[in-house]
Amino acid sequence: MSSENPNNWPLWEIFIQSKRGLDHKHVGSLHAADADMAIENARDVYTRRQEGNSIWVVKSEHIHASRPEDAESFYDPADDKVYRHPTFYTMPEGAKYI
Amino acid sequence: MSQALFTYTLRLADDILILSQRLGEWCGHGPILEEDIALTNRALDHLGEARNLLTYAGQVEGKGRTEDDLAYLRMERQYTSVKLVEQPNGDYAHTMVRSFLFDAYHLPLMQALTKSKDEQLAAIAGKSVKEATYHLRASSEWIIRFGDGTEESHQRAQAALDNLWTFTGELFENDLVLEEMTKAGIAPDMTAVKAAWSKTIDEVLAEATLKRPEDGFMATGGRKGLHSEHMGFILAEMQHVTRAYPGVSW
Repeated sequence: MSSENPNNWPLWEIFIQSKRGLDHKHVGSLHAADADMAIENARDVYTRRQEGNSIWVVKSEHIHASRPEDAESFYDPADDKVYRHPTFYTMPEGAKYI
Repeated sequence: MSQALFTYTLRLADDILILSQRLGEWCGHGPILEEDIALTNRALDHLGEARNLLTYAGQVEGKGRTEDDLAYLRMERQYTSVKLVEQPNGDYAHTMVRSFLFDAYHLPLMQALTKSKDEQLAAIAGKSVKEATYHLRASSEWIIRFGDGTEESHQRAQAALDNLWTFTGELFENDLVLEEMTKAGIAPDMTAVKAAWSKTIDEVLAEATLKRPEDGFMATGGRKGLHSEHMGFILAEMQHVTRAYPGVSW
Protein backbone atom coordinates (compact mmCIF):
# COMPACT_ATOMS: atom_id res chain seq x y z
CA MET A 1 0.00 0.00 0.00
CA SER A 2 1.74 3.10 -1.19
CA SER A 3 -0.21 5.47 1.06
CA GLU A 4 0.97 3.62 4.17
CA ASN A 5 3.65 5.09 6.38
CA PRO A 6 6.68 2.85 5.76
CA ASN A 7 7.40 2.81 9.50
CA ASN A 8 4.03 1.23 10.24
CA TRP A 9 3.71 -2.47 10.86
CA PRO A 10 2.22 -4.35 7.92
CA LEU A 11 -1.52 -4.52 7.47
CA TRP A 12 -3.38 -7.80 7.97
CA GLU A 13 -6.86 -8.84 6.90
CA ILE A 14 -8.82 -10.59 9.61
CA PHE A 15 -11.31 -13.42 9.11
CA ILE A 16 -13.45 -14.65 11.99
CA GLN A 17 -15.47 -17.82 12.21
CA SER A 18 -18.40 -17.15 14.49
CA LYS A 19 -19.49 -20.76 14.94
CA ARG A 20 -17.99 -24.12 14.22
CA GLY A 21 -18.98 -25.24 10.73
CA LEU A 22 -19.60 -21.74 9.37
CA ASP A 23 -17.34 -19.84 6.99
CA HIS A 24 -14.63 -17.51 8.17
CA LYS A 25 -15.90 -14.05 7.32
CA HIS A 26 -13.85 -10.97 6.63
CA VAL A 27 -14.32 -8.54 9.50
CA GLY A 28 -11.70 -5.87 8.93
CA SER A 29 -7.99 -5.23 9.09
CA LEU A 30 -5.31 -4.22 11.57
CA HIS A 31 -1.57 -3.63 11.94
CA ALA A 32 0.81 -6.15 13.47
CA ALA A 33 4.49 -7.01 13.26
CA ASP A 34 3.88 -10.69 12.48
CA ALA A 35 1.19 -13.37 12.28
CA ASP A 36 1.20 -14.20 15.99
CA MET A 37 0.71 -10.59 16.93
CA ALA A 38 -1.97 -10.21 14.28
CA ILE A 39 -3.93 -13.11 15.79
CA GLU A 40 -3.62 -11.69 19.30
CA ASN A 41 -4.60 -8.21 18.17
CA ALA A 42 -7.54 -9.67 16.27
CA ARG A 43 -8.59 -11.46 19.43
CA ASP A 44 -8.65 -8.12 21.26
CA VAL A 45 -10.12 -5.99 18.50
CA TYR A 46 -12.67 -8.32 16.92
CA THR A 47 -13.70 -10.98 19.47
CA ARG A 48 -14.37 -8.87 22.56
CA ARG A 49 -18.07 -9.62 22.44
CA GLN A 50 -17.89 -13.35 21.79
CA GLU A 51 -17.99 -12.91 18.03
CA GLY A 52 -15.66 -15.74 17.25
CA ASN A 53 -14.27 -19.14 17.88
CA SER A 54 -11.56 -19.18 15.24
CA ILE A 55 -9.37 -16.51 13.66
CA TRP A 56 -7.55 -16.42 10.33
CA VAL A 57 -5.12 -13.66 9.45
CA VAL A 58 -3.69 -12.93 6.01
CA LYS A 59 -1.21 -10.22 5.14
CA SER A 60 -3.12 -7.69 3.09
CA GLU A 61 -0.43 -7.64 0.41
CA HIS A 62 -1.17 -11.30 -0.30
CA ILE A 63 -4.72 -10.53 -1.33
CA HIS A 64 -5.12 -9.83 -5.03
CA ALA A 65 -8.30 -8.13 -6.06
CA SER A 66 -10.07 -7.67 -9.38
CA ARG A 67 -10.10 -4.11 -10.64
CA PRO A 68 -13.29 -2.01 -10.50
CA GLU A 69 -12.77 -0.90 -14.13
CA ASP A 70 -12.97 -4.54 -15.20
CA ALA A 71 -16.45 -4.84 -13.81
CA GLU A 72 -18.24 -4.40 -17.15
CA SER A 73 -16.22 -6.95 -19.05
CA PHE A 74 -16.17 -9.33 -16.11
CA TYR A 75 -19.76 -9.42 -14.97
CA ASP A 76 -22.09 -7.85 -17.51
CA PRO A 77 -21.80 -10.65 -20.10
CA ALA A 78 -23.59 -12.92 -17.63
CA ASP A 79 -26.66 -10.70 -17.80
CA ASP A 80 -28.31 -12.30 -20.83
CA LYS A 81 -27.35 -15.91 -20.23
CA VAL A 82 -30.36 -17.14 -18.40
CA TYR A 83 -29.58 -20.68 -19.47
CA ARG A 84 -26.84 -20.71 -16.87
CA HIS A 85 -29.47 -20.76 -14.16
CA PRO A 86 -31.24 -24.03 -13.48
CA THR A 87 -34.63 -22.50 -14.21
CA PHE A 88 -35.65 -24.72 -17.12
CA TYR A 89 -36.15 -27.94 -15.26
CA THR A 90 -39.62 -29.09 -14.44
CA MET A 91 -39.88 -29.70 -10.73
CA PRO A 92 -40.97 -33.25 -9.93
CA GLU A 93 -44.26 -33.34 -8.12
CA GLY A 94 -43.82 -33.19 -4.33
CA ALA A 95 -40.10 -32.31 -4.32
CA LYS A 96 -39.69 -29.69 -1.64
CA TYR A 97 -36.02 -29.06 -1.17
CA ILE A 98 -34.30 -28.30 -4.45
CA MET B 1 -9.98 -15.84 61.21
CA SER B 2 -12.37 -13.50 59.43
CA GLN B 3 -9.97 -10.61 60.07
CA ALA B 4 -7.17 -12.56 58.38
CA LEU B 5 -9.45 -13.58 55.53
CA PHE B 6 -10.49 -9.95 55.07
CA THR B 7 -6.85 -8.80 54.96
CA TYR B 8 -5.84 -11.62 52.62
CA THR B 9 -8.70 -10.97 50.20
CA LEU B 10 -7.99 -7.25 50.29
CA ARG B 11 -4.34 -7.85 49.37
CA LEU B 12 -5.36 -9.90 46.35
CA ALA B 13 -7.81 -7.16 45.36
CA ASP B 14 -5.44 -4.23 45.90
CA ASP B 15 -2.65 -5.72 43.78
CA ILE B 16 -4.89 -6.18 40.79
CA LEU B 17 -6.79 -2.92 41.28
CA ILE B 18 -3.66 -0.75 41.33
CA LEU B 19 -2.17 -2.60 38.36
CA SER B 20 -5.42 -2.04 36.48
CA GLN B 21 -5.31 1.67 37.29
CA ARG B 22 -1.70 1.90 36.09
CA LEU B 23 -2.43 0.08 32.82
CA GLY B 24 -5.50 2.24 32.32
CA GLU B 25 -3.21 5.27 32.13
CA TRP B 26 -2.17 4.01 28.69
CA CYS B 27 -5.72 4.36 27.38
CA GLY B 28 -5.50 6.61 24.33
CA HIS B 29 -1.69 6.71 24.55
CA GLY B 30 -0.75 3.21 23.38
CA PRO B 31 2.07 2.85 20.85
CA ILE B 32 -0.41 1.80 18.18
CA LEU B 33 -4.19 1.57 18.09
CA GLU B 34 -4.32 -2.23 18.25
CA GLU B 35 -2.02 -2.39 21.27
CA ASP B 36 -3.94 0.39 22.97
CA ILE B 37 -7.11 -1.69 22.74
CA ALA B 38 -5.36 -4.89 23.78
CA LEU B 39 -3.76 -3.36 26.85
CA THR B 40 -6.87 -1.60 28.09
CA ASN B 41 -8.76 -4.87 27.59
CA ARG B 42 -6.36 -6.46 30.01
CA ALA B 43 -6.69 -3.51 32.40
CA LEU B 44 -10.44 -4.07 32.39
CA ASP B 45 -9.96 -7.79 33.05
CA HIS B 46 -7.92 -6.83 36.11
CA LEU B 47 -10.59 -4.40 37.22
CA GLY B 48 -13.26 -7.07 36.92
CA GLU B 49 -11.30 -9.40 39.16
CA ALA B 50 -10.63 -6.57 41.62
CA ARG B 51 -14.35 -5.83 41.84
CA ASN B 52 -15.17 -9.45 42.68
CA LEU B 53 -12.49 -9.55 45.35
CA LEU B 54 -13.41 -6.18 46.87
CA THR B 55 -17.07 -7.11 47.04
CA TYR B 56 -16.15 -10.34 48.78
CA ALA B 57 -13.74 -8.56 51.16
CA GLY B 58 -16.59 -6.25 52.15
CA GLN B 59 -18.84 -9.23 52.87
CA VAL B 60 -16.16 -10.95 54.94
CA GLU B 61 -15.58 -7.79 56.95
CA GLY B 62 -19.30 -7.59 57.67
CA LYS B 63 -19.45 -3.84 58.23
CA GLY B 64 -21.48 -3.11 55.14
CA ARG B 65 -18.65 -1.71 53.04
CA THR B 66 -19.17 -2.10 49.29
CA GLU B 67 -16.59 -2.52 46.52
CA ASP B 68 -16.82 1.23 45.91
CA ASP B 69 -16.27 2.09 49.58
CA LEU B 70 -13.17 -0.06 49.61
CA ALA B 71 -11.78 1.20 46.31
CA TYR B 72 -12.57 4.88 46.65
CA LEU B 73 -12.73 5.71 50.33
CA ARG B 74 -9.59 4.16 51.76
CA MET B 75 -6.45 6.17 52.43
CA GLU B 76 -3.02 5.29 51.11
CA ARG B 77 -1.92 3.59 54.34
CA GLN B 78 -4.95 1.32 54.18
CA TYR B 79 -3.95 -0.03 50.77
CA THR B 80 -2.13 -3.35 50.98
CA SER B 81 -0.87 -3.78 47.42
CA VAL B 82 2.74 -4.69 46.64
CA LYS B 83 5.00 -1.89 45.51
CA LEU B 84 5.60 -3.56 42.15
CA VAL B 85 2.18 -2.65 40.75
CA GLU B 86 2.34 1.02 41.71
CA GLN B 87 5.63 1.62 39.89
CA PRO B 88 5.28 4.14 37.05
CA ASN B 89 4.58 2.96 33.52
CA GLY B 90 7.79 4.38 32.06
CA ASP B 91 8.29 3.31 28.46
CA TYR B 92 6.37 0.39 26.98
CA ALA B 93 9.13 -2.07 27.87
CA HIS B 94 8.90 -0.96 31.51
CA THR B 95 5.13 -1.39 31.50
CA MET B 96 5.37 -4.83 29.92
CA VAL B 97 8.14 -6.05 32.23
CA ARG B 98 6.10 -4.93 35.23
CA SER B 99 3.06 -6.82 33.92
CA PHE B 100 5.16 -9.85 33.03
CA LEU B 101 6.67 -10.09 36.53
CA PHE B 102 3.17 -9.84 37.98
CA ASP B 103 1.38 -12.09 35.45
CA ALA B 104 3.94 -14.85 35.96
CA TYR B 105 2.99 -14.76 39.67
CA HIS B 106 -0.72 -14.16 39.20
CA LEU B 107 -1.44 -17.17 36.98
CA PRO B 108 -0.01 -19.91 39.26
CA LEU B 109 -1.52 -18.11 42.26
CA MET B 110 -4.98 -18.15 40.69
CA GLN B 111 -4.56 -21.74 39.53
CA ALA B 112 -3.67 -22.78 43.08
CA LEU B 113 -6.46 -20.68 44.59
CA THR B 114 -9.06 -22.62 42.62
CA LYS B 115 -8.40 -25.37 45.20
CA SER B 116 -8.84 -23.02 48.15
CA LYS B 117 -11.03 -24.19 51.02
CA ASP B 118 -12.77 -20.83 50.77
CA GLU B 119 -15.41 -21.49 48.14
CA GLN B 120 -15.86 -17.87 47.16
CA LEU B 121 -12.14 -17.27 46.59
CA ALA B 122 -11.94 -20.53 44.67
CA ALA B 123 -14.80 -19.42 42.43
CA ILE B 124 -13.29 -15.98 41.79
CA ALA B 125 -9.94 -17.61 40.98
CA GLY B 126 -11.64 -20.08 38.66
CA LYS B 127 -13.04 -17.18 36.70
CA SER B 128 -9.66 -15.43 36.57
CA VAL B 129 -7.53 -18.33 35.41
CA LYS B 130 -8.49 -18.08 31.73
CA GLU B 131 -7.87 -14.36 31.65
CA ALA B 132 -4.63 -14.68 33.58
CA THR B 133 -3.43 -17.31 31.08
CA TYR B 134 -3.92 -14.86 28.25
CA HIS B 135 -2.33 -11.99 30.18
CA LEU B 136 0.83 -13.97 30.78
CA ARG B 137 0.97 -15.03 27.15
CA ALA B 138 0.62 -11.43 25.97
CA SER B 139 3.20 -9.91 28.31
CA SER B 140 5.63 -12.81 27.72
CA GLU B 141 5.49 -12.26 23.98
CA TRP B 142 6.35 -8.61 24.44
CA ILE B 143 9.31 -9.48 26.66
CA ILE B 144 10.58 -11.84 23.95
CA ARG B 145 10.01 -9.26 21.21
CA PHE B 146 11.79 -6.54 23.14
CA GLY B 147 14.61 -8.72 24.40
CA ASP B 148 15.24 -10.49 21.12
CA GLY B 149 14.43 -7.42 19.02
CA THR B 150 16.71 -4.49 18.28
CA GLU B 151 19.68 -3.39 20.36
CA GLU B 152 17.66 -0.53 21.78
CA SER B 153 14.59 -2.60 22.66
CA HIS B 154 16.84 -5.18 24.31
CA GLN B 155 18.55 -2.49 26.34
CA ARG B 156 15.27 -0.95 27.45
CA ALA B 157 13.77 -4.29 28.48
CA GLN B 158 16.90 -5.20 30.44
CA ALA B 159 16.90 -1.78 32.14
CA ALA B 160 13.25 -2.24 33.14
CA LEU B 161 13.99 -5.71 34.47
CA ASP B 162 16.98 -4.47 36.49
CA ASN B 163 14.89 -1.59 37.84
CA LEU B 164 11.84 -3.66 38.81
CA TRP B 165 13.54 -6.77 40.14
CA THR B 166 13.85 -5.31 43.64
CA PHE B 167 10.03 -5.27 43.84
CA THR B 168 9.57 -9.00 43.21
CA GLY B 169 10.50 -10.21 46.69
CA GLU B 170 7.35 -8.73 48.16
CA LEU B 171 5.14 -10.99 46.05
CA PHE B 172 6.23 -13.98 48.12
CA GLU B 173 6.61 -12.39 51.55
CA ASN B 174 5.32 -14.42 54.44
CA ASP B 175 3.65 -13.03 57.54
CA LEU B 176 1.13 -14.01 60.21
CA VAL B 177 -1.87 -13.36 57.96
CA LEU B 178 -0.54 -15.56 55.19
CA GLU B 179 0.53 -18.24 57.66
CA GLU B 180 -2.95 -18.38 59.16
CA MET B 181 -4.55 -18.51 55.70
CA THR B 182 -2.18 -21.22 54.52
CA LYS B 183 -2.82 -23.31 57.64
CA ALA B 184 -6.55 -22.99 57.07
CA GLY B 185 -6.12 -24.23 53.49
CA ILE B 186 -7.42 -20.94 52.13
CA ALA B 187 -4.15 -19.55 50.75
CA PRO B 188 -2.07 -21.92 48.63
CA ASP B 189 1.46 -23.06 49.35
CA MET B 190 3.43 -20.04 48.16
CA THR B 191 6.68 -21.97 47.71
CA ALA B 192 5.00 -23.85 44.86
CA VAL B 193 3.70 -20.58 43.39
CA LYS B 194 7.18 -19.10 43.62
CA ALA B 195 8.70 -22.13 41.91
CA ALA B 196 6.22 -21.79 39.04
CA TRP B 197 6.92 -18.05 38.83
CA SER B 198 10.66 -18.61 38.79
CA LYS B 199 10.40 -21.25 36.07
CA THR B 200 8.33 -18.95 33.82
CA ILE B 201 10.75 -16.08 34.38
CA ASP B 202 13.74 -18.26 33.44
CA GLU B 203 12.10 -19.71 30.35
CA VAL B 204 10.86 -16.42 28.95
CA LEU B 205 14.03 -14.48 29.75
CA ALA B 206 16.12 -17.19 28.09
CA GLU B 207 14.08 -16.93 24.91
CA ALA B 208 14.24 -13.14 25.13
CA THR B 209 18.05 -13.28 25.58
CA LEU B 210 17.62 -11.15 28.72
CA LYS B 211 19.56 -11.65 31.91
CA ARG B 212 17.78 -12.48 35.15
CA PRO B 213 19.01 -9.98 37.75
CA GLU B 214 20.65 -11.21 40.93
CA ASP B 215 18.45 -11.22 44.02
CA GLY B 216 19.66 -8.27 46.07
CA PHE B 217 17.84 -5.85 48.31
CA MET B 218 14.11 -6.45 48.10
CA ALA B 219 11.63 -3.64 48.67
CA THR B 220 9.00 -4.25 51.31
CA GLY B 221 6.21 -2.47 53.19
CA GLY B 222 3.31 -2.51 50.74
CA ARG B 223 1.40 -5.18 52.63
CA LYS B 224 1.57 -2.95 55.72
CA GLY B 225 0.37 0.09 53.81
CA LEU B 226 3.80 1.67 53.44
CA HIS B 227 4.02 2.67 49.80
CA SER B 228 6.41 4.43 47.47
CA GLU B 229 5.93 8.10 46.61
CA HIS B 230 3.86 7.17 43.55
CA MET B 231 0.91 5.68 45.39
CA GLY B 232 -0.64 8.95 46.56
CA PHE B 233 -0.82 10.25 43.00
CA ILE B 234 -2.48 7.08 41.77
CA LEU B 235 -5.14 7.28 44.46
CA ALA B 236 -5.64 11.01 43.88
CA GLU B 237 -6.47 10.36 40.26
CA MET B 238 -8.53 7.26 40.99
CA GLN B 239 -10.52 8.73 43.87
CA HIS B 240 -10.94 12.40 43.09
CA VAL B 241 -14.39 12.22 41.51
CA THR B 242 -15.84 10.24 44.42
CA ARG B 243 -14.10 12.51 46.90
CA ALA B 244 -15.30 15.68 45.18
CA TYR B 245 -18.89 14.50 44.75
CA PRO B 246 -19.63 12.09 47.60
CA GLY B 247 -22.31 9.56 46.72
CA VAL B 248 -22.43 10.55 43.07
CA SER B 249 -23.50 7.90 40.57
CA TRP B 250 -23.36 7.80 36.79
